[in-house]
Amino acid sequence: MPRRVTEVDPHLDIETYDPSADLMVLNLGPQHPSTHGVFRVKLYLDGEIIVKAVPYAGYLHRGVEKLCEELTFVQIIPVVDKNDYVSPMMNEQAIVMACEAMLEIEVPRRALYLRTIFAELQRVASHLLWLGTFGMDLGGALGGGASLFMYCFRERETILGLFEEVTGCRFHYNTHAVGGNRHDITPKFCRDTKTTIEVIAKRIEEYIQIFSSNRIYRDRTQGVGVLDGDLAVSLGITGPLARASGVDHDLRRDAPYHIYGELDVNVFTESAGDCLARTLVRLQEMCESIRIVREIIDSVPEGPILGIKPGKSPTHIKIESSQRYTCIESPRGELGTYLIGGGSNRGASAYRLKIRSPSLHAVSCIPYVFPGHTVSDAIAILGTLDPIMGEVDR
Amino acid sequence: MTPLVHGAVWGVVIATVLVTVAVFSIWFERKFAARMQTRYGPTLVGPAGLLQIVADALKMMQKEDILPQKADPMLFRLAPPCAVIFTLAAAAVIPFDEDVLAADLDIGVLFLLAVGGLVVFPVWVAGWASNNKYALLGAMRAVAQGIAYEIPLVLSAMVPVVLAQSMRLSDIISVQAETHWFVFWPLGPGLIAFVIFFICSLAEANRIPFDIPEAESELVAGVTTEYAGMRFGLLQMAEYLHTLIASAVAAAIFFGGWDGPFASGLHWMVLKTLVLFFMIFWIRWSLVRFRSDQLMALCWKYLLPLSLVLVMLSALFVYVRAMDA
Repeated sequence: MPRRVTEVDPHLDIETYDPSADLMVLNLGPQHPSTHGVFRVKLYLDGEIIVKAVPYAGYLHRGVEKLCEELTFVQIIPVVDKNDYVSPMMNEQAIVMACEAMLEIEVPRRALYLRTIFAELQRVASHLLWLGTFGMDLGGALGGGASLFMYCFRERETILGLFEEVTGCRFHYNTHAVGGNRHDITPKFCRDTKTTIEVIAKRIEEYIQIFSSNRIYRDRTQGVGVLDGDLAVSLGITGPLARASGVDHDLRRDAPYHIYGELDVNVFTESAGDCLARTLVRLQEMCESIRIVREIIDSVPEGPILGIKPGKSPTHIKIESSQRYTCIESPRGELGTYLIGGGSNRGASAYRLKIRSPSLHAVSCIPYVFPGHTVSDAIAILGTLDPIMGEVDR
Repeated sequence: MTPLVHGAVWGVVIATVLVTVAVFSIWFERKFAARMQTRYGPTLVGPAGLLQIVADALKMMQKEDILPQKADPMLFRLAPPCAVIFTLAAAAVIPFDEDVLAADLDIGVLFLLAVGGLVVFPVWVAGWASNNKYALLGAMRAVAQGIAYEIPLVLSAMVPVVLAQSMRLSDIISVQAETHWFVFWPLGPGLIAFVIFFICSLAEANRIPFDIPEAESELVAGVTTEYAGMRFGLLQMAEYLHTLIASAVAAAIFFGGWDGPFASGLHWMVLKTLVLFFMIFWIRWSLVRFRSDQLMALCWKYLLPLSLVLVMLSALFVYVRAMDA
């Protein structure tokens, strides 16, 4: 009979730990209701307690990075949309910012405002979807969790409606272009945005109430899946996950891009590092995003939204064979783009484009955090890691 | 009419009505949940989607009967009908009116709890026979939960028995009709006992927040993972029947059964049962589930001691009253 897990060893050798093979091996995924896509975790269970967890990614690999070496910079924008399919605009922004940084294009201020507004609305939408699915993870698809899910989707729909008004798409927008934006906002969009965010702000207060007053929600999340701040840093974990573990880091404040330098971005941190802390950090971030949108929606300057002469050919943007790393704060953390120019199509494609996805780093903490917890907790922890498989595997 | 014939006739009627109500309660639950979640629920099949459940039942019957290769064929087939039969058997002693009942046993409550406790077995058998890891984990949780919650359930059901000094359900109701409903009993032992009974019934029937054996976000579908078609349908029906019968029992032993003004007894009993049944839906679509160790802690640390104290208090109450008289 194997002994109880006392200290977490992510590289535990199962054969010496459990020579008589008494442990149950449970393949959580790749097809499982709560793995948020196709993700597999191999669990070694002692009763219901996890002794060892081994994550396997790669089931949703679509070769996006390789595709980016063949397609031109104009063509890859709708392709990278599908990486982090919960916040597509962030992917676009990461790519176009990388190109702009290398070409040293000055983006018009109106476009920067637009990008900031879109990014913050997208952050709210992404966190809402996370909250809804987290409710499902805790409470199942046939119960109170589904109710939370439906409420969150109700709010998210209104944000997608706003995006639809501007870009014509509810998702996978292809609205950012190298040098600016494709679609301009209208006064109606500003009015609708203001009413929408007020409604959402009120509803978020209610969700914060749930997690501060509902005993079951608290019991299921408090002290569960504690991620140490130092471990988070050493694993490269960023974003709300790291902030919930006390790492005070937010690119919007620490390495400002768009117009964040002119804004006062409040960064929320929690010290506990458990599921509850991650939940609260994300909920507060939603409030902060709404505050930022509220602050700048009325002061969007007039002017052009594209800083370069629009080209008809898909090869009109060419980048020399230099290299550059740029990064933005996506809802999941640091979304980086490492771009080497001068690839095929006579420099209109990347020689190499590496996307540093925050979700990949997030799931890398599974071997450290899962052991010692039950299967139920594992689902809750995986939920709060908020991995988007499209982004993990690319 | 001899008691046997009377019992047989009413037994068939009650069983049929209960199954029908359980089936159509799924429609009601879907509508209700939809309203809670700003949706419409079923609308297309029949008026207000009423026939949706008939369509679903027909679909289930037409489905391929899948028997997993490594499953234990006999146990796998035995579990779903057993679940329904054991659940339905408990309904035999529930009086819906003074003479609307199948059997007025003098050990009614004991029979009820004994048969109700059997329901753990089909669930365990279903999980074991499936030969599936998720089903096994679900069955493991179901047994732990079923056994743990059986104890406070029995003890809380003892409070009305002690207060009425009878195990016959019709006696318990008559005492309530003469004095108060037990749930309104002075100093509140009945109310607390009802709350414990209700919580334990939810746990026994595997309803949220205690649907840990099913836990579809963790265990895919728990014990029902490998079941398809009508076998799955039967397991689902057993769950709904269990909830419905638990509501009827609670209505009888805590809410005075058929006792009530203006309308006839049957109306009152049905009304009380359905209100409690509705409460279970309400809870289900509002809460998320516990973790199994938290569930156990709730049972052993809070419900069990509390129900023991309640039984002793009500015994003391009856003793003092007997001394006075």
